[in-house]
Amino acid sequence: MSNAPNIFGGMCPIPIKDYPTITLAHGGGGRLTQMLIEQMFEPAFRNPALQILHDGAIFRATGRLAFSTDSFVVSPLFFPGGNIGSLAIHGTVNDLAMCGAQPLALAAGFILEEGLPMADLWQIVQSMRRAADTAGASIVTGDTKVVDKGKGDGIYINISGVGAIPDGVDIAPTRARPGDVILINGDIARHGIAVMSVREGLEFGTTLASDSAALNHLTARVLAAGGADVHVLRDPTRGGPASALNEIAGQAGVGIELDEKAIPVRESVRGACEILGFDPLYVANEGKMLAIVAPEQVGAVLAAMKAHPDGKEAAIIGRVVAAHPGRVLLRSRIGGQRVVDMLSGEQLPRIC
Amino acid sequence: MKFVDEYRTEDGAAQFLRAIETTVTRPWTLMEICGGQTHTLIKFGIDQMLPRAITLVHGPGCPVCVTPLELIDRAIAIARRPDVIFTSFGDMLRVPGSESDLLSVKAQGGEVRMVYSPLDAVKLAQQNPEKEVVFFAVGFETTAPPNAMAVFQARQWGLKNFSILCSHVLVPPAMEAILGSPRNLVQGFLAAGHVCAVMGYQEYEPLAPKYHAPIVVTGFEPLDLLQGIYMAVKALEEGRATVENQYTRAVTRAGNISAQKLVRQVFAVTDRQWRGIGKIPNSGLRLQPEFAAFDAETRFAVGDISATESAVCIAGEIMQGLKKPHHCPVFGAACTPEHPVGAPMVSPEGACAAYHRYGRGFSA
Repeated sequence: MSNAPNIFGGMCPIPIKDYPTITLAHGGGGRLTQMLIEQMFEPAFRNPALQILHDGAIFRATGRLAFSTDSFVVSPLFFPGGNIGSLAIHGTVNDLAMCGAQPLALAAGFILEEGLPMADLWQIVQSMRRAADTAGASIVTGDTKVVDKGKGDGIYINISGVGAIPDGVDIAPTRARPGDVILINGDIARHGIAVMSVREGLEFGTTLASDSAALNHLTARVLAAGGADVHVLRDPTRGGPASALNEIAGQAGVGIELDEKAIPVRESVRGACEILGFDPLYVANEGKMLAIVAPEQVGAVLAAMKAHPDGKEAAIIGRVVAAHPGRVLLRSRIGGQRVVDMLSGEQLPRIC
Repeated sequence: MKFVDEYRTEDGAAQFLRAIETTVTRPWTLMEICGGQTHTLIKFGIDQMLPRAITLVHGPGCPVCVTPLELIDRAIAIARRPDVIFTSFGDMLRVPGSESDLLSVKAQGGEVRMVYSPLDAVKLAQQNPEKEVVFFAVGFETTAPPNAMAVFQARQWGLKNFSILCSHVLVPPAMEAILGSPRNLVQGFLAAGHVCAVMGYQEYEPLAPKYHAPIVVTGFEPLDLLQGIYMAVKALEEGRATVENQYTRAVTRAGNISAQKLVRQVFAVTDRQWRGIGKIPNSGLRLQPEFAAFDAETRFAVGDISATESAVCIAGEIMQGLKKPHHCPVFGAACTPEHPVGAPMVSPEGACAAYHRYGRGFSA
């Protein structure tokens, strides 16, 4: 068997000489499918539940569980700071973490496009493994399908996950109440702008890398520090903090007030947003979390965030109020006020 | 961030607001020309921080808003052709024509691509010789030089498969149309700084005394706008009708001479239809006869497509400063960013969209 060297370390276990790209036969359920599973997925995701290679994974769980799913169709597949594989693991792990859960088991569904370079798949799978290891999560079952060339975008990944919620944790958007304080674990919009700048071929002088990360260790610290006084956790992914906070304001029937000056945004990200006419409050994140906390525990939660590498730049950005229920208001940098509404569609770069 | 943060300080804003308060003695109505300025005013809450005596009305300087409906329909007709790659800046894609929009054409299989520069469209034409590449050339004097450069470069490269659908408009004729209207309410203007960075401000010098309206060339950051408002109010209070330049870090009286030269070489002045306002003489640009081969309207024979505007939308009156967005009977009801009736609700820089997005004109 000839192993092609992989520029990203490790060896691609599929004989690239024979199969440099994914073919329809890799999804046909026959020998090539088996080879893909046994030589590509199984060694990368190795764990006791997966090794059974059964139709599903069997494991024990007790107590309250969280269950979530997320599909990833990001283009380009590779971007500074990550790729679709790491992003997929972070996405579902974070969805569980925002329920107050720690991941117990993940399921991975791959839709591969005929012609996807085997080396790309290898790199993506390796990133998934590293991301899962960092999060302390296991991929226990999965599925692979191959579609005709031209019918996919290289690779789509779905990750579903089950997580366990510790006793005493009670996270729900409806628990936001007047007086609560809103925290974020760091600067916003970096991930969205990093992906977009590669997709659109934009150059901003410095390379922006995505800050995509799994947040379950950080949420564990936050919950340990704040306990039941942590009312809401939310990762502001698509639509950014503006959309996430609008949803919470609507669900809890409360008003939200933000302080623009307090919201951390990196200079390079702000610059890119200024050029494109984007508002960073609406740009997608992965690796950022909003926490809405009762005022008594804010100090402890902020300190817990700052003590963790993924929360070093944590900040208080606003508060929950009884006034204007369902609406998010922002105090602008110069002291004026405006409504922060939901966007009706994507932000589009403007003419001038 | 340099050139941004120093124009967004709370102390600076407070100083200008105090200066405006101590200067103003009676009501004044000012119009900011550019949609980018409208956006900053509303986004930073400046409209609500000013003394009540000052009314800001929002001008026609949003290219998406003034591009005629029939031109969108023509763009859609071209974009639907299987042999065409239709390219445009992002914010034109969502603008509804009579029946569809460019994003829907894309969803139905049309090759519609968002570009960040017209020169990217020229490159696409070079890379896809089997396709016709069309660029939607809209905008004011600000986008005219790059669009002129695109046509110029396409000719230099000998490209036969590149053309532009041109709907360029010019600011001074629109200002004159507003000032010359018997219904005019505007007493002073904040001229669009970026337009003036290209064109300079000599064109405005005859307008100010003729209509007794001070014109202040103004930038786009919050403190630029506050200073521009202060300068306009001071001129009004002192009875001066002159042109002043607030945006000195970007604008000179003569403007960018080489850009102007290129624009004159490629484009000629023409009458232009403004969406919601109507035809304004000598208010637009078309390709010079020597560049006529790059005109998509003739290449694809779409010049006959015409369209009728919504009867309820009052966009024209809003863009002439006669009414505010929330005075429209359909604002926020039948007309929302999801279902825009008129163009100012579509573009993020349109006055209606800015009012809707930032919660102006709604009861709290």
